[in-house]
Amino acid sequence: MSSVALDVENKDVHSHDDHEHHGNFITNYVFSFDHKVIAKQYLISGIFWAIIGGGLSLLFRIQLGFPEANLEWLRPILGDWITESGKMDTTFYLAAVTMHGTIMVFFVLTAGLSGTFSNFLIPLQIGARDMASGFMNMLSYWLFFVASVIMFISLFASTGPASGGWVIYPPLSALPQAVSGSGIGMTLWLVSMVFFIASSLLGSINYISTVINLRTAGMSFAKMPLTIWSFFITAIIGTLSFPVLFAAALLLVFDRSFGTSFYLSDIYIQGELLEHSGGSPILFQHLFWFLGHPEVYIVLLPALGLTSEVISTNSRKPIFGYRAMIGSMLGIAFLSFIVWAHHMFVSGMNPFLGTIFMFLTLIIAVPSAVKAFNYITTLFRGNIIFTPAMLFSIGLVSLFISGGVTGIILGNSALDIQLHDTYFVVAHFHLVMGSAAFFGMMAGVYHWYPKMFGRMMNSAMGYVHFWLTFIGAYMVFFPMHYIGIAGFPRRYYSFTNFDAFSTFTDLNTFISIAAILTVTAQFIFVFNFFWSMFRGRLAPLNPWNSTTLEWTTPRKPGHGNWPGALPIVYRWPYDYSKPDAEKDGFTDFIPQNVPLAKTEHSNTPEEKILVELDEKFEQLGEEREKNPFI
Amino acid sequence: MTTALLFATGAILILAVLALVYRIITLVGIAKGDQKKKVTTSNKINAALFPIVLVVGSGLIMWSFNDAKQFFLPEAASIHGKETDHLFWITMGIVFTAFALTHLLLFTFPFLFQFSEKRKADFNPHNDTLEIAWTAVPAIVMAVLVIFGWRAWADITAPATEDAIQVELMGKQFAWEIRYPGKDLKLGRYDVANIDNTNSMGVDYDDVNAQDDFTAREIYLPVGREVELKIRAIDVIHSVFLPHFRVKMDAVPGMPTRFKFTPTITTAEMRQKTNNPKFNYELACTEVCGYGHFGMRKLVKVVTQEEYDEWLMKQKPWLEKNPDYLSQWEAKKAKTASVAKSH
Repeated sequence: MSSVALDVENKDVHSHDDHEHHGNFITNYVFSFDHKVIAKQYLISGIFWAIIGGGLSLLFRIQLGFPEANLEWLRPILGDWITESGKMDTTFYLAAVTMHGTIMVFFVLTAGLSGTFSNFLIPLQIGARDMASGFMNMLSYWLFFVASVIMFISLFASTGPASGGWVIYPPLSALPQAVSGSGIGMTLWLVSMVFFIASSLLGSINYISTVINLRTAGMSFAKMPLTIWSFFITAIIGTLSFPVLFAAALLLVFDRSFGTSFYLSDIYIQGELLEHSGGSPILFQHLFWFLGHPEVYIVLLPALGLTSEVISTNSRKPIFGYRAMIGSMLGIAFLSFIVWAHHMFVSGMNPFLGTIFMFLTLIIAVPSAVKAFNYITTLFRGNIIFTPAMLFSIGLVSLFISGGVTGIILGNSALDIQLHDTYFVVAHFHLVMGSAAFFGMMAGVYHWYPKMFGRMMNSAMGYVHFWLTFIGAYMVFFPMHYIGIAGFPRRYYSFTNFDAFSTFTDLNTFISIAAILTVTAQFIFVFNFFWSMFRGRLAPLNPWNSTTLEWTTPRKPGHGNWPGALPIVYRWPYDYSKPDAEKDGFTDFIPQNVPLAKTEHSNTPEEKILVELDEKFEQLGEEREKNPFI
Repeated sequence: MTTALLFATGAILILAVLALVYRIITLVGIAKGDQKKKVTTSNKINAALFPIVLVVGSGLIMWSFNDAKQFFLPEAASIHGKETDHLFWITMGIVFTAFALTHLLLFTFPFLFQFSEKRKADFNPHNDTLEIAWTAVPAIVMAVLVIFGWRAWADITAPATEDAIQVELMGKQFAWEIRYPGKDLKLGRYDVANIDNTNSMGVDYDDVNAQDDFTAREIYLPVGREVELKIRAIDVIHSVFLPHFRVKMDAVPGMPTRFKFTPTITTAEMRQKTNNPKFNYELACTEVCGYGHFGMRKLVKVVTQEEYDEWLMKQKPWLEKNPDYLSQWEAKKAKTASVAKSH
């Protein structure tokens, strides 16, 4: 079988293609061109940011859950953000909410997810030696690193980091006199995002060109794993939408620093009439959400791609409706660009636009539903093995559904009037985008960890991590629907000023406790992740009996990924439990690099025709060699 | 210092415990020969946990919903609010059914089709009939929901009728200001440039329509009459949210917005319905606007037409309450005119 062939290949690890030991520490691990190293850099940065982002959420959850508590004990961390009377500063509360959103959306779920898995899996799964441009890839990570450093520094600004919400709507974000976070904190936010967008674009362009140009022989688009499809589509969405955010940010920089009035008009603040005139705050919202909505899918699609692979592998079944999955991803990608204004139904935009965007938004439920049904059907009559990755994938499907269905309510402009900017929205997107994407990321880490580090993670700890996180996520976000239906607005420091929002105090305490437990449970993962790097069991070559190409590499692939020639692809990536595979000498999976001619018993009727064609082509080739003038 | 030390010791202890657990699990696994097996007992446990979570979760959802219901907003106190509430709960019913059915499958399949040495998974890569079916069904449901949504949205956003009561709401950090047209039923012009310490709304007193405009501390509305809210802001974006009337519209500096609705229940009636003698309709801000965002509250009083008329009679035009302002206004105008001339 194929693993025998692999062992042979393993013997010449030090062959010509393997440059692992040629560079020095800096070129190998810091400014590396190798896609695998860059992927790990993204992953570890992502974990770092997730801890910061999660920590911020705990800070504001403590405020919301225990509004009466004395927070003096937080003074060692927050310093003067704790007032003299032991309360959290209200501006800091907004800053924490804002930075939690920014960090989670951009630094964890965009960079940490796409950056890690697009980089790691694209070359390995399409059979390429590396990315199309290793240098650009290195640059992409280090621009992200610069963005990270700047954003991190902004957390320590004396006037606080950006605090106008992660959507940074002007005029609030444009005027330092409106909120202290719009001073140096906002400047750093914008500078950081410029680097972030440049990084993201360099990455996306690289992913697209790699997928188009560097697929190995036989790896047609119709034979690509769904992971690659999802990264490819994500990269296209990113390339088209991030420049718009760049434009929005640039104009905001102009308004803030150079006295232009793109977004500002008729403003009287702190006893002073501003010179700005003629701008429109709604313009910013349009530009922002033109990225902001596709961003949801930039975050979600890679997670869905990873899940497709994990569910299929561990159900020991081909993913159900491979083409429908690709079609629905393309559909979602296309629609993602024309639904942005559903975030703005009550922004004062023309109500007629609202009707159009409601229509388009509800259409997007159709391809999403198709995906969910396909996942469930893949499980049907499978032979399911519950690896931690599989658990997180099933969890993702659950969260994707439970968060997705409320989108049908929020996408309806008439219903959105009441629910807009309430906790109902918070519940919705934390389930469908936040938690689902996070679960996809976890599934990816658990599944490809053996390929990344050559060792296995501890699965028992993985199980505990999953169940705590899964139940915890629901405990945190499900009750938020109730709070939202009761009308509680988002980004409120406290609800005691209003009679209408003075109910549900117990529920807010419950959510906060659940959040603290869920975040604490993540440290099981963090420990498992770092400990297994050094103390984990050595990974077998193909621990999950998977069909895709990355499992045909050595345990720790060197630079160039395959020591010998690149593998050739003959079949789609989902030949699991193919009938009669045993007669061809296979168990319940046939890797992508096994020629159809070697599996005559298990070939489907279509594949039998293909084999005949292949043979005819071979004959034709031979004849041509003999007689070039045929 | 002591706290830091305490934290450090705690962290080291937890780390040690985790390392120990890790080691024990690994060694037990090796002793049992788990590496050689395709699956271990944990597969059965995980498989069983899914239906357990499903049953327990369903119970918790039902219980928590029943428990939470008492805290939901009372019935909508506006005509369109009744409609949207109705539509909301119908849609909620549909999506909850979808959620329940898919989860029923999603959480039982892992149990039913857990790994067994004896079985081999099915090889059924696709089924076009199924794909078409589950594309068509959601599409039809969505189409129906869109049509109902459209109708409601069109009604809500339609222009107000001629005799609608106009009320201006102006958001600023961190308060709302309220202006009513006087007897002429017309709100006077405004301009942020006119704002000064006295004229906080920037009303243009050159405009005859502004002469009898009056400001109020609370929003008074007669029951059963259409109200057109004229909404604006002078510093950052705010948002008018009247949760009991299902009303929300952003207040945007430089771009006036509007929202029309008809209150149907007076404050007094609502106090009876909710069994809460202290009940009040409230106005809240729902667009983050700075550190005081969570305190931008105003009261709304819905009263009978007679009570409203009575209240209206008592209101004096703003200029009457600020008799010195007009001379100040003239002086200011003259000054700006002369500045303009000298340029």
